[in-house]
Formats: sequence, structure tokens, C-alpha cells
Amino acid sequence: MTMQKKKLGLKDKYRYLTRDMAWEPSYQKKADIFPHEDFEGIKITDWDKWEDPFRLTMDAYWKYQAEKEKKLYAIFDAFAQNNGHQNISDARYVNALKLFLTGVSPLEYGAFQGYSRAGRQFSGAGARVACQMQAIDELRHVQTQIHAMSHYNKHFNGLHDFAHMHDRVWFLSVPKSFFDDARSAGPFEFLTAISFSFEYVLTNLLFVPFMSGAAYNGDMATVTFGFSAQSDEARHMTLGLEVIKFMLEQHEDNVPIIQRWIDKWFWRGYRLLSLVGMMMDYMLPNKVMSWAEAWEVYYEQNGGALFKDLERYGIRPPKYQEQANIGKQHITHQIWATFYQYSHATNFHTWIPSEDEQQWLAEKYPDTFDKYYRPRFDHWQEQHANGQRFYNSILPQLCQVCQVPALFTEPDDPTQLSHRQIVHEGERYHFCSDGCCDIFQNEPEKYIQAWLPVHQIYQGNCGGGDVQTVVEKYYHLKNGQDNLEYVGSPEYLRWLAWKKLATPQAPAGTGDRRDAA
Amino acid sequence: MKQLAFIVFQDNDNARYLVDAITEDNPRAEVQYQPAMIRIQAEKRLEIRRETVEEKIGREWDVQEMLIDVISIGGNVTEDDDSFVLEWKN
Repeated sequence: MTMQKKKLGLKDKYRYLTRDMAWEPSYQKKADIFPHEDFEGIKITDWDKWEDPFRLTMDAYWKYQAEKEKKLYAIFDAFAQNNGHQNISDARYVNALKLFLTGVSPLEYGAFQGYSRAGRQFSGAGARVACQMQAIDELRHVQTQIHAMSHYNKHFNGLHDFAHMHDRVWFLSVPKSFFDDARSAGPFEFLTAISFSFEYVLTNLLFVPFMSGAAYNGDMATVTFGFSAQSDEARHMTLGLEVIKFMLEQHEDNVPIIQRWIDKWFWRGYRLLSLVGMMMDYMLPNKVMSWAEAWEVYYEQNGGALFKDLERYGIRPPKYQEQANIGKQHITHQIWATFYQYSHATNFHTWIPSEDEQQWLAEKYPDTFDKYYRPRFDHWQEQHANGQRFYNSILPQLCQVCQVPALFTEPDDPTQLSHRQIVHEGERYHFCSDGCCDIFQNEPEKYIQAWLPVHQIYQGNCGGGDVQTVVEKYYHLKNGQDNLEYVGSPEYLRWLAWKKLATPQAPAGTGDRRDAA
Repeated sequence: MKQLAFIVFQDNDNARYLVDAITEDNPRAEVQYQPAMIRIQAEKRLEIRRETVEEKIGREWDVQEMLIDVISIGGNVTEDDDSFVLEWKN
């Protein structure tokens, strides 16, 4: 087929956008205009070497984004008009969305802010254009997610005040502090953290198997916004890889700096994604793949190919990769067990997995689930059946860096909690792992400032001296409605009514009322 | 360990033609169907050619149109007016 070449080719269009529209400053010094470009130690000798392989120009960008939006909003309308929320697999599923809306959607907004700032700070026009487009994408993601979830907010609890919760609720400091850490770094570290380590290496785990799971659980709205967002991620991932290659090719002095950032942000991202792993293994009633399987495909296999490719630049795989690979058999069970105990302080419900679900977990985790985790669930199930649903009233020790409670076990011994501590300028700091301890030691001046929810509660900075007051007054959660055990919750009863199901005579656990924590 | 280049599409009408074209141009590619998505992977290299897609879809097709239906990719990207290539180089 012969094409008439009236129009400019992709390469020419991109060159005009990213080169010919830039200019050299004449009456201000470049260093004054871009003051953040040097302090991290990254050396750029030729910004013209920056290439965006997608070479997307603004006119094409608007055209394709507009088409995606039209498709997406038509589906949101159809979903709402057809009471799509009643066609999901089970109401328990919505608890994953509550975690998504409070934990992930605000990060999209953080990414919008981060890319807007990073784009301002680069003197290279190609990098500025890439950051600008990504900033607009991220703003679109947070908006579409809020719109999608607003329908669920009409029918389910715990989705009502997500932005307020994101800034306050204890476990939401895990995602919040992750992004605050990235956004308060220099522009090159920000790109390494978010474009490369997060977008390229890790977001597949959130947006591909989890969203496929949303589809499998009848949630048309979420799979649609998820895949629509992820269609932008394909560009972001490409940018992430190009950014790393660009920095590495610019100067050999950049290699050790970038390696340290990769080590750091791989581990930060891995810890953050333990929440996603829990959503996949425990919160999707119809399961697509286990966290361990997703980790194998999207990290071990894809990350393996990636880091082999980067070897030629002198980059090795992330320092604590092996610990993460071992952890895939354990972390989701450990973190679900933690949320189960602290459900009185969450905006979502928890439950003991059904017998079928535990069987699935045992098949997917043949070396760990029955041996280490099923007995604990059995014990709690029995307590619940005796009218004593377990809630832990002692607030957990948080890691100074990732802010996850110190709930993970030693890589070489799943019966021992992993705990590291060091004294810095007369103060003792606690960590969940070697990975987080290393991160602190590289930048203690940053992490001593961490706002740790448990410390803040105990210091009286969160609206009251007991957990219930904190939950109601400071988190804006309605006790007994938004939180606690799923079985017997108002949401559970509403779902049974919608589905015209009778309340089970003796549900998995009766006695769902909680004694005060 | 194998180095798989991969691309994932939403499972929709457009993607069916893309998958046809890709499997024709990349005979060793493996296609996996998962809920709502299609993943295509091949050792080292995967190519989408405009000409083949146009043949399958029966109209002119801009390589960048794939941005509407793609969910994820793995590999270094090289794109021009006629093709989109994913490749591990090392």
C-alpha cells in the first residue's frame, strides 16, 4: 500500500514540538531559571539526546485522550443507569474499592503535582513536554476514579471522605508518605522513583491483574477506568525506561546515584504494593491470579528482562530483590491478618476468608498458607463464633520509612518478626526490614521528620486519647457502620436484602458486635 | 531466564484485529486470554506493522491508534509511521 506523504511524519512532528518550540534564554542565566537541575549530582551533557519513543504531539494527544474519555464516561453512565453495583460478585468486593479510592486515587493527584513541578525544573524541552503530558494524564486519572467511585458512594459505606482520610488515617500514611517522599526529592530522583521504579517496574501489578480481577467480579466501572488509565501508563512506562537510559548514557557518574535510587524505590514500591497484594488475594471474591503469580509474571519475569537489558549500563537488579521474591509467599497473608485485627480503625470491612477461599489460598501458596496462616484464621474464626470477634487494642509499631506496621517476618524465618533499629543523634528509630533501614541511613535528615500515625495518636495530636474518638472525630468514620467486621455489618445486611437472600442462621461467625478496643 | 517482550490490550473489537495482525507478523508470539484483557508475548521482540493491521481492519490505521486499547507493554519501544516494536536488546 502506498501512502501519500502530505503530512509530516511522526519524527518530524515530534521534533517541531520538542525542539523548535524551545528557546535559549538571553537575559537570564539558565541556572537561575532551572535551579533544581544540579543539586542531586546528575550530570546532563546534551538534552537533545532525550527521545520520547511515542513521539506524541499535542494534537494527537488531545484526539486520543478525548476518544478514551468518551468511551469511559459512556460506560460510567451505563453502569449507573443499570444499577451495576448490584451485579458485582459479592459486596465484600467493594472493600477493595474503598482502599483504592482512599489509598491510590490521591496518589494520582500527587503524581499530577509531581510531574507539573518536575516539568518546570528541567531545562530540556523534550523532558518538559513529557512531564506536562503525564501531569495531565494523572489529573485525568484522579478525576475518572472519583467519578467512577461516586456511584458506589451512593450505595456503600466508607467512601464518603477519601481526601480527608488520605491525610489522616493510619494505614493511608503508607501510600501518602511514599508519594510525599518522591515529590520532596529532586526532579531526577522523582522520575526514577515514579516513572521508572513505580510506573515501569511495579504498576503493572496494580493495574493489570487487579483490574482484570475487577472485570471478573462484575465491576464494569472499575475495570474501565483502570484500563483507561493504564492505556496512559503504557506511555508512562516507556518514558520511565527512556528516562533511566537517558540519564545513564549522559554521564558515568550518574550510574551509582541512579543505582541507589533504584534500590530505594524498588523497596519503597514493594512495601506499598503489599496492600495491592492483599486486595488480590483476600478482597476479590472471584480470583484471577494470586499475588505470588502476579509477582512472578510482572516482577520476576519482566523485571528480570528489564534489569538484564540495563546491565550494559552497569546497573544491577535492586539490592533487596531476593527478599521481595521470598516475601511473595507471605506478605499478603500477614497484612490481611493485620487489617483483620485493626478493622475498628479502617474505612473498610475485613473478614475471615470462606472455606473455599482458604482452599484456593492453600493451592496457590502450598508451602506457606496451611503451615503458617490458616491456623491463625481458624483461631480467630472460633473466637468470632463464640461472640468474641478479635480486635487488637494495642496500636502497632510502625516502620519509620515505609510506615507499615512491623508485621513482616524475617526473610529466612517466617516465624520471626523482622525488626531493625538504630540510634541516630540520641533517638532510637525502628524499621520493618534491612531495605527500609538502609533508606533511612542514606537520608536520616529526611526520615526523622516522618509523621507516624501511631506516635501522633499517642501524643494526642489526632483528636482524642482513645481509638474510637480518633476514628470518629479525626478520621470521619462512623463507628459500627464504616468499619469493623463485614459479617453483620449494615452493608452486609443491605446486600442480602438486595439479593433477596435470607440472613444466614449461623454465619461464618456470629456475634459480630465488637467490645470497645 | 527468558526475556519476554509483551503487549497487553483490552479485550475489545479493535484488539481482535490487532491480535490477528500481531500473530501473523510474529509467528512465535503466544496469546493469553485473561478476564477483559489479551496478553501477547514473544521472546525478545514483538512487532506491530501498520500494513498488516490495515489489511485486517480494512481501513487506514495510524500506529498511534493503539494507544486507545493498549494496557501495558514490556520492552524498549521503537515507533515510527509504519511500525511499533518492543524489544529487549541485551
